[in-house]
Amino acid sequence: MNSSVEEYLKAIYNLTRSGKSASTSDVSKRLNISPASVTEMFKKLAEEGYISYSPYRGVTLTEKGEAFGKKMARKHRLLERFLHDTLKIGKDKVHEEACAMEHTLSDEVERALCLTLKYPDTCPDDGKTIPPCDFDFSTCQECKEWDSTDIDELRRRKKGVVSLLELKNHGRATVAFVRGGGEMLRRLCDMGLTPGTEICVTRIAPLKGPLEISVRGTKLALGHRIAGNIFVEKLDG
Amino acid sequence: MKNSAKSLTWKGAASEGDSDAKKLTLALAGNVNVGKSTIFNQLTGLVQETGNWGGKTVDIKRGTLSHHGLQIDIVDLPGIYSFATYSTEEQITQEYILTQRPDVIINVVDATSLERNLFFTLQLREMGLPVVTVLNYGDEARKKGIHVDAKLLQELLGIPVIEAIAVKGIGVHELVDAALDLVKNPPQQNNGKLEYGKEVEQRISQTIALLGEGLSEDVPKWQAIQFLEGNYSSITADNKNLSDITAKAQELAGELVAMHGEDITTIISAERFALAASIATKVTASKPPAKKFSDLMDSIALHPIFGYFMFFLTLSVILIFVSFFGEWFSDLVEGFFESIKPVITGPAMDIFWNGGVIGFYAALIVAIGFILPFFLILSWLGESGYLPRIAFLMDRPCHTIGLHGMSSIPLIMALGCNVPACMACRVMNNKRDRLIATFLTTMVPCAARTSIVLGLVGAFIGWQWAVGLLFFQFLLIYVVGLILGRIMPSTAPGIIMEIPEYRWPRLKNVWRQAWFRFREFLVIGVPLIVIGSVVIETMNVYNWLEYLTNILAPVTVSWLGLPAFTGVLLIFGILRKEANLALLFSFAGGAAITSIMSPLQMVVFTIVILIYIPCISTIAVLLKETGVKATTLMVLGEITLAILIGGVAYRVLGLFMS
Repeated sequence: MNSSVEEYLKAIYNLTRSGKSASTSDVSKRLNISPASVTEMFKKLAEEGYISYSPYRGVTLTEKGEAFGKKMARKHRLLERFLHDTLKIGKDKVHEEACAMEHTLSDEVERALCLTLKYPDTCPDDGKTIPPCDFDFSTCQECKEWDSTDIDELRRRKKGVVSLLELKNHGRATVAFVRGGGEMLRRLCDMGLTPGTEICVTRIAPLKGPLEISVRGTKLALGHRIAGNIFVEKLDG
Repeated sequence: MKNSAKSLTWKGAASEGDSDAKKLTLALAGNVNVGKSTIFNQLTGLVQETGNWGGKTVDIKRGTLSHHGLQIDIVDLPGIYSFATYSTEEQITQEYILTQRPDVIINVVDATSLERNLFFTLQLREMGLPVVTVLNYGDEARKKGIHVDAKLLQELLGIPVIEAIAVKGIGVHELVDAALDLVKNPPQQNNGKLEYGKEVEQRISQTIALLGEGLSEDVPKWQAIQFLEGNYSSITADNKNLSDITAKAQELAGELVAMHGEDITTIISAERFALAASIATKVTASKPPAKKFSDLMDSIALHPIFGYFMFFLTLSVILIFVSFFGEWFSDLVEGFFESIKPVITGPAMDIFWNGGVIGFYAALIVAIGFILPFFLILSWLGESGYLPRIAFLMDRPCHTIGLHGMSSIPLIMALGCNVPACMACRVMNNKRDRLIATFLTTMVPCAARTSIVLGLVGAFIGWQWAVGLLFFQFLLIYVVGLILGRIMPSTAPGIIMEIPEYRWPRLKNVWRQAWFRFREFLVIGVPLIVIGSVVIETMNVYNWLEYLTNILAPVTVSWLGLPAFTGVLLIFGILRKEANLALLFSFAGGAAITSIMSPLQMVVFTIVILIYIPCISTIAVLLKETGVKATTLMVLGEITLAILIGGVAYRVLGLFMS
């Protein structure tokens, strides 16, 4: 896959975060590419199954495209963190630097970066959430303790995960992965949020307020940032 | 587990043999908000604070029960979810259970959320401690359509299970009987039924065998699990080949990790929860509940707009109600005493009436007119379950000062009295949050300080001014919070809090709680004010007062523009804040306070009182909770702030009010 396809998918991923579809002109503006070329590329991406494209209504990512966009955003934001925190590059410069580096970043380096940076959850320049990795771990502790260095041995998640913040009110899901670890993870486990547990979001406070979820017959309030680090598999119905 | 770095010698059930000789100790332990303190109060007749939110009990409380001629110590422990401790008050519970080894642990569980509660019960069972489980809130569970089979639960857990409805006192004596029975006839090994998954259980047994080698007693399962999890601090010191065992335990843990693909801590938690869930499912029969009152109520109380409106309205109604009640009561008492006022002749009569009698009734006005209603209302709110909702609503606003919603509970409690509120700050799980929350708590106007705002400014200038001053104070707290948040940036991840069901408070409980706090104001506050009033009046009659007031005059008179006598009040107010208003009444000698203070002076005086220093009881708690250095900084900071803002207010408001 070439890097322009990656750029497109990343742009569409970012534009569709709010649940809307991305229009040709949105993408054209964002990538500074003529609308005609964008339309051309949309067709190609749709053929390859990354996006679903309906003329005049814009595009949305398919599951395959979504996973890919997530991966790109993750690599980009992890790099920003690394450039900013470790290499002390200024906030205003990290975005461009990361853009240049992200296409060559292997999954192995991605994982190593995440471990070295102690599982960061936001990027430094605009505070956006870093998407979770696609390895089949349920905690970061587990990833850290994984003995083998061979990346190909690691299982990948079969089903996509979303953070609690991406669930709608009354949405049901099972806990798949908790990012961060340490005391917070321990506490969540003790309150009943162990991997595989079914939860239901019962209230979402606006403006990055807390979430209320029901778990094991009790109701819990979780701060916005904590909820953003709990990743779940959506249940239907 | 980092805080249990004590080496423990496990005795298993061996300590019970000699228990007949000494006084028995029963310790109440369980999740937060399951009714431990209510049972404690029922058993001991004491009044330990209760309420419908997690984290009221932040310290170990002791009491004695006389049961069939037997003296039994009852210990109430702070709520705990797990032996993997998270906050300060949980550490207290953990250390107590691990080091003090009570004769029987009374494990209180909430029948409405059995699964989560049993998670902790299982840990107690792993430890092999003598446990009696109390199944509380059976009545509420039935209302929700949940029926719990206590007999089956007893059988599955292998320990006595007593059904109770603590608020009504049902089941509390049965639980003591069961505990005594357990002491008399210590059960044999009966851990067998509580088994985790096969591969986990197998490795636990192997670890037990490793640890037990050469020891005469059985090693508790809990200790083996600790070892598997990599917490070696709880092991007996007399194990020689510790490093061998450690290596083997690590190997066993590694096998589990490889099998489950999760880290060992999560595996163990998941195993415990799986067992808890299976027990809960077996013993619970539930019908689908109707739309619950709590849900309906929460659709307003937690609504992103109406919720704040309701919170604001609640606060305002409380303030306005107390303000009017206090004024009415004040007129009533003053009217009565004015009607029996004798003609004052000579200094002795002057001191008796203007010092003693007026001091006495002024103290009564403040205590009964202002403080008691506050305590009653706050106690009612605490019992109702509304406080966690406030914490939920305030989570977002609190983040702007780097705290989270949990800190708003101590801040609300502080409207009654700062002392328990400072202790309630222990629910914050890191030091930085605790420190900031405690500091802000001391700035919240307690009932005693609010009495000055309502009784002085509210009564003589207008309630708008009183409410304005209080909101100014809240704004100041927020600004101070912002500044502190900048100085000490936040690291905390945020709120993880249980939201309980609403409960209709029992008036008897509400009254007992309020009365318990209020009693101190009557037995210490009122006499102190009478004494203070007599002393001041005496000094006044013989013209000694000015020597004292002159010392403070540069600040009080020159900078703050207050009458000289306020210096005495400010000093006296350090002992009891409610003394400020009471002594003002007695200074005025029955006349309206307007004769000795201008409206501007009233406002400036009130501002200073609101900020200037925590009272002596609060300082004592601060020393205990935060240490000498932090306390000194807080006190000096508040004095400086009070003088600064008071002086500025005098000059700025003077332009409009003179």
